[in-house]
Amino acid sequence: MELDNYMAYELIEKIHNREITIQEVIQASFDKIDETDQCIHSFVNYSKQKALEKAKEYDTKLIGGQEFGKLYGLPFANKDLICMKDFPTTCCSRILEGFRPPYNAYVIERLVEQEGAIHIGNTNMDEFAMGSSTESSCYGPTFNPWDLKRVPGGSSGGSATSIASGQAILALGSDTGGSIRCPASFSGVVGLKPTYGRVSRYGLIAFANSLDQIGPITKCVHDAALMLEIISGKDPLDSTSIDGKVDNYTEEIKKTISKKVLGVPKEFFGEGVDNTVKKSVEKSIKKLESLGATTIEVTIPHLEYTVATYYLICMCEASSNLARYDGIRYGKITDDLSGDIFDVFRRTRGENFGPEVRRRIFLGTYALSAGYYDMFYLKALKVRSLIKQDFVNAFKICDSIVCPTMPITAFKIGELIDNPLQMYAIDILTCPVNLAGLPALSIPCGFDSNNLPIGFQIIGDYFDEKGILNIGYQLERELDIYRKKPPIIKGGI
Amino acid sequence: MSNQNYEIMIGLEVHIQLTNLKSKLFCNCSNDYRGAEPNTYVCPICLGLPGSLPVLNKKAVEFATRLALSLDCKINHRFWFYRKNYHYIDLPKGFQISQYNKAGGKAFADGGKITIKLNNHKKDIILNRIHLEEDPARLVHKGSIATSPYTLVDYNRSGVCLIEIVSEPVINSPEEAREFLKQLKSIVQYSEIANLDLQGSVRVDANISIVGHERSEAKNINSFKEVERALRHEIVRQKNILKRGKTLILETRHWDEKRRITISLRKKEFEADYRYFPEQDLTPIEIDDEFIDRVRDKLPEMPSERAHRLRREYDLSEFDSDNLVLDKDIANFFEDGVNSDPSFGPNEYKQFCNWLMNNISGWLNEHNMTIKNTKLHTKQVVDLVNYVKEGKITTKIAKSLMADLMEGESVSNILEKKDKTRISDRAFIENLCKDAIDENPKIVEDCANNTKAIKALIGRVMKKTRGQADPSITREIILKILRKMDIID
Repeated sequence: MELDNYMAYELIEKIHNREITIQEVIQASFDKIDETDQCIHSFVNYSKQKALEKAKEYDTKLIGGQEFGKLYGLPFANKDLICMKDFPTTCCSRILEGFRPPYNAYVIERLVEQEGAIHIGNTNMDEFAMGSSTESSCYGPTFNPWDLKRVPGGSSGGSATSIASGQAILALGSDTGGSIRCPASFSGVVGLKPTYGRVSRYGLIAFANSLDQIGPITKCVHDAALMLEIISGKDPLDSTSIDGKVDNYTEEIKKTISKKVLGVPKEFFGEGVDNTVKKSVEKSIKKLESLGATTIEVTIPHLEYTVATYYLICMCEASSNLARYDGIRYGKITDDLSGDIFDVFRRTRGENFGPEVRRRIFLGTYALSAGYYDMFYLKALKVRSLIKQDFVNAFKICDSIVCPTMPITAFKIGELIDNPLQMYAIDILTCPVNLAGLPALSIPCGFDSNNLPIGFQIIGDYFDEKGILNIGYQLERELDIYRKKPPIIKGGI
Repeated sequence: MSNQNYEIMIGLEVHIQLTNLKSKLFCNCSNDYRGAEPNTYVCPICLGLPGSLPVLNKKAVEFATRLALSLDCKINHRFWFYRKNYHYIDLPKGFQISQYNKAGGKAFADGGKITIKLNNHKKDIILNRIHLEEDPARLVHKGSIATSPYTLVDYNRSGVCLIEIVSEPVINSPEEAREFLKQLKSIVQYSEIANLDLQGSVRVDANISIVGHERSEAKNINSFKEVERALRHEIVRQKNILKRGKTLILETRHWDEKRRITISLRKKEFEADYRYFPEQDLTPIEIDDEFIDRVRDKLPEMPSERAHRLRREYDLSEFDSDNLVLDKDIANFFEDGVNSDPSFGPNEYKQFCNWLMNNISGWLNEHNMTIKNTKLHTKQVVDLVNYVKEGKITTKIAKSLMADLMEGESVSNILEKKDKTRISDRAFIENLCKDAIDENPKIVEDCANNTKAIKALIGRVMKKTRGQADPSITREIILKILRKMDIID
């Protein structure tokens, strides 16, 4: 069988109807990995033996008529910063080499332990999720299955390519300033960043804890809705998780969007946004109108300050969140133990953090220092609340906001790695969503002249994942490109 | 020059562990780590493992509210926790979750006061603030920190809830500091949030300066008793420097308990920058008036209120009642004891109080124990008061029973045992009595006027026998002889 022919919800039915065994599904997943992953490099650690054992066990239970979870037997790829009990979880950083968490993240408990998804491995990412290209991983870059010379986007690049290339059916990413939506856009898959607080962060290794949020990466909107239903909700172990109503997303998506008012923020189509991207997104907006939605122009006047604000805040938080890595209790310690404990700390961190992580720790530490705190951090917090207010104002006159996910399509590997400011600048359309704490969905809406996917972003009001999934689903079915496969896969375009 | 009067200014930062909490400040691990195997009361949260998140212990907020109300502080209704960033091996996250009262942050509560009495003079020690924070791990060294070949880290203490109480620099002497801490300890005990007699439950940093000069901060003072000592040392050190015509510098010093001196740690100009900023893994804490009122309603009687009541109900002096209430267990012992004997009146109350405050407290101090962990019970002290009142034993004998009383033996049992070593040979005692009467004609004369003077004669016999003559037999014999002599009826 070819895994990439199926959406998750289709596979679930086939498994339940015993048209296919779970062992066949998991085997197909690893066959695809064997076939493609030396070119793509989605994964940094596999869980093959355990996954095959689980598959066998689950097949037996299924025949025995036992109750099974909603994701029973589906191959699931985990981003390398979500804690899996006893499985290496490293944030693709040398400093966490050999770290095996003694506990499961909340989302792992839900997906794997309770609903029966089968973990097949951990996926590649920018070190500590700091990047938009999956090039800063200590394991080396991931390659875009639509063009192996190009980046898959980041930081959840490996999760996106594992879905795009049919290696996995479900994947998790985390999104701090676009890390789910950027690779979803560049790799031609669906990525959902939920409202801050919708999904528990317990077990998510922090990059910038006021911005981080876990979300699904899938082949289609229906599958993302399915995953969100499972991972949402209040977790007593995450004080910032919200005790709100979790909607029946898989049903809600099928509703008509004829009464929807879509806000089109003019700043999101401004300078720096590639013309092909702009045209493709505008074409999709027309499609939505043809489905009965109306559009209205809205404005996010502080958009131009978002990149600076975002990077200041995330670096400050990162400088503190990453302070715990000293090689003493877990992870990698320097070989040279001479001098006092602070010498050992310094060498361990200097040797084992990559250059981008070090840059952000330096800048964040500097910005929080006495005398600079008011000038930088406090000011950034003030701008953050202005940006938030921009969105609150926009949602007074529209239901959801539609715009491009990324201003460009996938760029070439190495093209921006030495130019951090340019790399940061491409987050301009995704990071404001994190600053405001809103939910946003990215779905493929077309291809550029190089046959690279273009991402369409739908930003929702707080906790209105229902609304954006609904719009995304209707657009996806209308565009009908969601079954397209990248050229690396047999049968791809 | 040497007689110059220096005005001293002291401000204290007192960290106390809320030892009465069941679990740590941000996780479910047991708070009661004392005596446990190292690193057994730990979880991903208090170990600061990647991906773990803190969850606030609601009970800690209630305890802090109790203390704030007891100290008359103004509780802030809404605040964030802050991260205090610094690298040290006792801090597994690289930051301590604490509170901060600058840059938009707020302490748990501001202001407040503790009233002290020293030499019949009352003084309010004004507080700056109190706040909640997590305790770092415990470091274990072999011998001295300076020479130990290794440092072991025990994370059982990591995440235990601390309250920091910061005074204004209005304390003017080590004695005032001692009284301040005595009252604080008492209030903490009454508010039922901690047992500060537990090893390691208290840590004090003291800012000390001579007015007009730079201050120093003495850190690592690990018990209330050490504070007075450390302050005395530091004041002498500072005065000596000034006497030698040198200048004092702003610095942090370490109190070395064994050598009883302070050692310079660092000059303050290079003080660590803690890069405080809000802890976003916790939502802002909201405390409403309804909650505060509920806590206030459940608040037990505080020491100052109790002292007032004891004066009223038991006719005790201000001095006695103030001292009696300091330790809640002693005050409870007093009330339970005097109320168990309906025949007791103001005289007995006073006697009972004296026993507690002098002999029993003295014994407890000497043995570094609290009344709760002895076997002493109220009935014994009630008996003691009655036996002395009835003349069955002298006060002096009563005092000699202290060690046995602390073992829980009843007064009658102890006396019975003592009896065996007692001289009760009538002929022998009679000879001694005759001697005493012959040698003290003046006392005998007194006896004719007032039979109470017999006590003096008994005392003479006791002296001759080093207290071993049976007092009732002695009394009986003296009475008999004096009757024969027609001195008394």
